[in-house]
Amino acid sequence: MKLEISEIVEGIKRLTPKRTIKIMEVCGTHTVAIARSGIRELLPKEINLVSGPGCPVCVTPQSYIDKAIWLSKQKDIIITTFGDLMRVPGSERSLALAKMEGSDIRVLYSPVQSLEIAEANPSKLIVLLAVGFETTIPTISGTLEIALRRNIKNIFIFSAHKIVPPALKVLASSKELMIDGFILPGHVSAVIGIKPYEFLAREYNKACVISGFEPLHILEGIFLILAQIHKNNFYIANQYKSTVDYEGNVKAQKSISKFFDLTDSVWRGIGNIPRSGLTLKCEYNFFDIEDKIQFPEIESREPTGCRCGDVLKGLIEPIECPLFGRLCTYENPVGACMVSSEGSCAAYYKYRKRV
Amino acid sequence: MKKETILLGHGSGGKLTRELLEEVILRHMDSSAIDAYEDQARLNIKGIKIAFTTDSHVVNPVFFKGGNIGDLAINGTVNDLVVGGAIPLYLSCGFIIEEGFPIADFEKILTSIKMAALKANVKVVTGDTKVVEKGKADKIFINTSGIGVIPEGRDFGYHRIQSGDRIIISGTIAEHGTDVLLSRGDLPFYSDIRSDTNALNSLIEHMIASGLEIHAMRDPTRGGVATTLKEFANSIGKNILIEEKLIPIKKNVRSALEILGLDPLYVACEGRAVIFVKDTDAEELLKIIKEHPDGRDAAIIGSVLNQEGTELILRTEIGGHRLMDMLPGDQLPRIC
Repeated sequence: MKLEISEIVEGIKRLTPKRTIKIMEVCGTHTVAIARSGIRELLPKEINLVSGPGCPVCVTPQSYIDKAIWLSKQKDIIITTFGDLMRVPGSERSLALAKMEGSDIRVLYSPVQSLEIAEANPSKLIVLLAVGFETTIPTISGTLEIALRRNIKNIFIFSAHKIVPPALKVLASSKELMIDGFILPGHVSAVIGIKPYEFLAREYNKACVISGFEPLHILEGIFLILAQIHKNNFYIANQYKSTVDYEGNVKAQKSISKFFDLTDSVWRGIGNIPRSGLTLKCEYNFFDIEDKIQFPEIESREPTGCRCGDVLKGLIEPIECPLFGRLCTYENPVGACMVSSEGSCAAYYKYRKRV
Repeated sequence: MKKETILLGHGSGGKLTRELLEEVILRHMDSSAIDAYEDQARLNIKGIKIAFTTDSHVVNPVFFKGGNIGDLAINGTVNDLVVGGAIPLYLSCGFIIEEGFPIADFEKILTSIKMAALKANVKVVTGDTKVVEKGKADKIFINTSGIGVIPEGRDFGYHRIQSGDRIIISGTIAEHGTDVLLSRGDLPFYSDIRSDTNALNSLIEHMIASGLEIHAMRDPTRGGVATTLKEFANSIGKNILIEEKLIPIKKNVRSALEILGLDPLYVACEGRAVIFVKDTDAEELLKIIKEHPDGRDAAIIGSVLNQEGTELILRTEIGGHRLMDMLPGDQLPRIC
C-alpha cells in the first residue's frame, strides 16, 4: 500500500507529543533532501530536525586538507580526488587553488579512474584522496583489489576514511544534545546492514529508522520514529527495505576488512573518536602514501569564528553561526560545511531564506 | 568579496558572471547605452529598430550527441535575437582555432553552421579566422554576432511583466548541458540524451502571430531555468513562484542528473524559451505552442506573484517551498 504525503503528514501530527522531539538526520544526503523538498514546513513545530556529521568532507579535519595540498606540491605526484574536496578551505588555500597554482590534481567520478592515470603515468606517484564513509570505502578497496591484480605499483591512498557507528555512539550519549531519534544513513546501511546500529535502541533508547531519500521516504521515517517514541519501544526500523537488509552487503564488508584495520580518527568538530577510522593493514601498507613519504609538521588553523563543529554535532543550526550568509557563503565558503554539496550550511544557504 | 583573478565560475552564466558584469565590466562601459539585463541591444537607426547581439562559444567537447559547436554558435545568437522579438537577418562568424585541429573536423563544423543558418533563415555575411599555437586554445572557439530587425509594434522585455503573468517553458529542460557533460566521455556510462540545440525563431514567430499578450521571453542557457527566472525576479522586483511537478523533463535526463548530483533547474537548454504571458492568455498560448513541432512538450510552470521582492520560489513536489538563487559557482564550465 502506498500512502499519500498528506496521509503520512496527518499520521505524524497525530503521533507528535506536546514536547520538542529532536530527530537527527545523520547523512548529508538526507540533509539536502530535507532542505530541497521543504519537509520542515509540513511538520508540527514540536519536531526539530537537526543535521548530523554525515558529510564526509565536512568531518575531515583541516590538517588532512593541508597535508593533501602539501603532497600536491611535491615533485612527480598526481592527486586524484572526488570533486567535493576541491573547494574545501585548508589553512592557507584549497585544492582548487593549488590546482590553479600548477599542482596536478584530477577530479574523478570513480576511484578506479586513478588506475588508468597510474598506468598512463608510470614515472609518477598517483595519490587517491580516500575520504568517505562505508558507502565509498568499498570502491576504494575495490580499486586496490584491481591494482593488485594488474600489478600497478604507483598507486597510493591517503586515508581519512571514517565509519559511522562509533560517531553515533558519541552523539547518542551526549547530554548536551539529547536526541530522541536518528534517521540513519541509507547508503551506509546498504553496506553495513542493520546490526551495527542495534546498540542505539538497546543501550540508549533511541528511536531509529533507516530511510530512503525521497521526501515520502523521509516523512515515513519520521512517522516510524514517532511511533517508537509513542509506544516507548525502541528498535531499528527499516523504511529502505528495497536497498537495505539486516546483513548488509557482505561482499563489500569483506573487501573493506581485507584491506583495512580500525584505528582512532579525528572528526572535525567532534574530536578523536576511538576506532572510528580506517588504516591500511600492514600487509598492504605499500599502498599507504604516509608510509612512502615523510610528511613535515604542518600547523593547521581552523578559521576564526567558524562554528562548523557545532553544526556537525547538531548543537546549532547553520543560521546560528555568526559567519553564515555574511562572511561565509557558498560562493566564498569559510568552513567545509558550506562547501560540500552535502554540507548542512550549503543546504541551508542554497534552499532557505538568507539572513 | 572582490576576487583578484578570473575563476571558471565567472563564465558560468550564474551569480559570479553577474558580479563580474556589475562590479567590473560595466564600470568601464558607457552605461547609458547598455541594458545589462537583456540578451540583446535594441538600437534605433534612422527609425528602424535593430536588435544586435554577440556570443562566444567554447564548448568542450566540440562534438556532442545532439550537435556541435557550429550549430550551437548559430542557434545561440539567433535565439538571443528572437527572444527580443527580432527577426534575425545577418550573422558574423569568428573562429579561433588551435594549431593542429583537423580540417575534416573544421569542415564538419562548417557544414553544421551552414545547415543551422539555413534552418534559421539567416545569412553568415562576414567572418574572421585566427590560429593560435598548440595548447594556447582548446581546439576551436567560435564567436558569432548577429543583427535582426524588430518589427513595428513589438515590445518584449522584463519591463512589461506584470503580477499574475504566467510562465511557460517551451519544452523539456536540461538536455543540452547533460548531453555535453556526458559527451566528455569521462563518465562510465552511456546515454542517448541529445542536446536540444535549435533555433527558436520559427516557434516564436508562430507564437507572436497568435496576437496573444506575450510580455517577455528568454532562452534559459547557462545557469538553466532557475538562473534565468531568478534574473527576471531581480529585474522586475516581484517574487516568482514555480511548481516543481509541472516542470517538463525527460526521465533519462532526470536520472542522469540525479546520479551526477546536479539540479536540472540549473542545467542549460539551448533550444527552449521561457515565456511570460498575460494570465488570461496563458492557456490559449500554451495550446498554440504545443501545435508547433518545437513546442510539443511545453508547459505552464508558474507565475509572477503580486508580492514585492526578488525571490524565485519553488513549490516542491510534496508541497514545501524553497528559494532558488542564481547558479552559484561553476557547476558545469564550458557547456556552450
